[in-house]
Amino acid sequence: MLRVCWKGAHAAARQCVCGKVKAHPLQHCRKYSTAGDSGSSAGKIVAASLLSVGGGLGGAILYAKWDPKFRANVEKSVPYSDQLFEMALGPPPPPLVLLQKKPIEPLQIFSLSEASKESKQPKDKAKKSDPAPVEAPAAVEEAPAPTAQTLEEASVEAAHIISAIGEVPSVPAPGTSDESPPGHTAAGEECKDHHEPELKERPAEEVTARLAQQDKAEQDALALTLFPTLTAGLEESLGSTAKTTLQAIGAQEAALTAIAAHTNKLKEAMDSETPPDEKSSQWKALNEALSDRTRAMEEAEEALLKAKGELENLRGVINSAKQSKINTARPQILAAEENLHSMIVDLDKVVTKVQTAQTEAKIVSQYSELVNEAKAQFQQELANITPETQANWKGLSGKLSADDLTSLIAHAHRRIDQLNRELAEQRVREQIHIEVALEQQKLEDQKALERAVVSTLEHSREDMRLEQEKKAQEVREVMEAEMRTQLRRQAAAHTDHLRDVLKVQEQELREEAQEILNSKMMEQETHYRRLTQEQLDTFTLDMNAAYARLKGIEEAIDSHVIAEEEARKAHQLWLSVEALNYTLRSAGADFPTEPLEGAVGVIKENCAENEFAQALATAIPEESLSRGIYSEASLRARFYDIRRLARRVALIDETRNSLYQYFLSYLQSVLLFEREQVAPPAKLAPEDLDTFKLLAYANYSIERGDLELAAKFVNQLRGESQRVAQDWLKEARLTLETKQVISLLSAYANAVGLGTTQAP
Amino acid sequence: MSEKELGQKWDRCLADCAVKFGTGLGLGIVFSVVFFKRRTWPIVFGTGLGLGMAYSNCQNDLRSRYVLHSKVAKEQ
Repeated sequence: MLRVCWKGAHAAARQCVCGKVKAHPLQHCRKYSTAGDSGSSAGKIVAASLLSVGGGLGGAILYAKWDPKFRANVEKSVPYSDQLFEMALGPPPPPLVLLQKKPIEPLQIFSLSEASKESKQPKDKAKKSDPAPVEAPAAVEEAPAPTAQTLEEASVEAAHIISAIGEVPSVPAPGTSDESPPGHTAAGEECKDHHEPELKERPAEEVTARLAQQDKAEQDALALTLFPTLTAGLEESLGSTAKTTLQAIGAQEAALTAIAAHTNKLKEAMDSETPPDEKSSQWKALNEALSDRTRAMEEAEEALLKAKGELENLRGVINSAKQSKINTARPQILAAEENLHSMIVDLDKVVTKVQTAQTEAKIVSQYSELVNEAKAQFQQELANITPETQANWKGLSGKLSADDLTSLIAHAHRRIDQLNRELAEQRVREQIHIEVALEQQKLEDQKALERAVVSTLEHSREDMRLEQEKKAQEVREVMEAEMRTQLRRQAAAHTDHLRDVLKVQEQELREEAQEILNSKMMEQETHYRRLTQEQLDTFTLDMNAAYARLKGIEEAIDSHVIAEEEARKAHQLWLSVEALNYTLRSAGADFPTEPLEGAVGVIKENCAENEFAQALATAIPEESLSRGIYSEASLRARFYDIRRLARRVALIDETRNSLYQYFLSYLQSVLLFEREQVAPPAKLAPEDLDTFKLLAYANYSIERGDLELAAKFVNQLRGESQRVAQDWLKEARLTLETKQVISLLSAYANAVGLGTTQAP
Repeated sequence: MSEKELGQKWDRCLADCAVKFGTGLGLGIVFSVVFFKRRTWPIVFGTGLGLGMAYSNCQNDLRSRYVLHSKVAKEQ
């Protein structure tokens, strides 16, 4: 933004100012705008009038340039216009009038107003006030261009000329203090030179570079202790310079007073009508005053030299401070410059005063000399002519005023002749004297003028420069502030922009990162999944294999277990069957075995899941379980009884069952002789169903241990024999059954045991 | 024991016979003494009676198995 402003300002400047234009054109526009805006109506009126006057004058000058006859006419009719034209047709103000706009109008006005001053000076003294305010604003508002500077100088010179002509009396001014103007002018020159390099226009590219440089230099310098040393140095030198300047001023004033006193005394001594003794004292006092004056002058000279030296030092310090280019030190530099300038100005004033006093004193001394000469001459003449009234002439000589002449007329009647003679003589020499005096005066005047002009020029230049510096400083500050605000704004905009960009970038980066993350995650996941799947698969495989093996092992073990269980069961069964068998042996002769319940219960327990065994176990008759069975031996023994009894009741049956039959059957049994044991045939015929035969067969069988057959035979008995053998038959049957079951069981147990037994 | 049954029966029979005999005798005697003026015939009679009873009892006892028992079915 700053660059835009600068470019706009430069464009405006280029439009406004052409040729060698200084920097701060924006300042111009601004100032003129502010001046135009803030100017009062009176100012506007003044400006308008000046404008019109300037326009007229410009037109006149132009036409003069074009038409020499017109120029000649004007020069003839208007005094001092020739000088104006000489000046005007050097560096061309008309182009300025034509091409430039408002900013240079004051210049024009300025130049033309000085022309007006020049031309209308005797008539129009009031206009001097106008150039002064115009000068001031022009000097303030305008950048001192070289042309403007020359114009300023010219105007200042003109003003000085006017003032010198108007105010300073045509008195030969002896240049006593010659060294001050050279120093002054030197300072002025230096000032001017100092201005020159500063005031050239800097191009825009340089500006930024310079700004940057400045800032850097500032910061560097600020970082160091240059700034405080600068300020300290400035203040020091300022202080010392102020002191010496004050001293010089004091000395100068003292010299001034001494000169004045001396002059007064001289005047008194010249003009007073004191008696001779007082005159001598006067002359003594005069001598003293003269010595005082000389002393004071010398002191003043010394002090002035010192002050000048100090001022030079201060100037050097200020220059070095300016060289360091620290912006913040500028106010101090400005203040120091102002102080310096004021001191210089005061010093110059005082010096001028002293010079004028000296001039006056010179004049007075010259007067005194002349008067003395005249007096001496007069006295001589008087002495030659009239020696009696010496005292009066001494007191009254030296005064050429009309009063004294009138007072002297009475006394000088005699002298009139003398005087007439002298007058005639004087008249003769008048022209020569006048010419000589005029020459001298001219020279003196010129010198004084030059000096005064130079000094005033210097002062005004300094003033203007300082003011310009001040304004520059103010403008700089304002610009700085504005630049800061703009920079702040820019920074804010920049930060906003940065924030936005960063947000966008962040978003993008985030998305990118998210994408990358996602892809990587997917990769990783798939990889992981694959790995896990592989792992899982291998694991599953292993597990399956292991499981299969385990299963195989388990099955093997189970089968082993089962086999062993079976074996055990078989073993148990066999054992229990053996136990049962053993219990069978527990049968005594006449008492049955133990009840088989326990053993059978054991069997039942042991082979609960063996249906066959269970069936068999349950097939065992209840009697044998509860009561046990008789052994074969007992049954065999019992058979004999049964046989006997059955033989005795062989005849008894349903039809024959009386006692008589009983007796008969008994008789039969006693009388029947048969073999006791007869081998049974393979088949039984019906005639074999005889009791006796049956009993014989049974006996035979039972003797052979075949209880079953015996039981079968016994079962064939009929009648009472059957009834008699019933119980035995039951018992036999029971035993046979049980034995059969048990044998089955044992056979089964054996079979099972054989089956379950594994071959090694 | 079925074989012992016959023996038991015979024991009972004999015992019964003895008892009957005795009793008969006794009674006979008694009767003879009492009623029949010590004739012998009551004694014999009693004794015979007794023996006969015993014989019959014995026989019945021995036949008891073969004797059919009937029952009168109730009219429905």
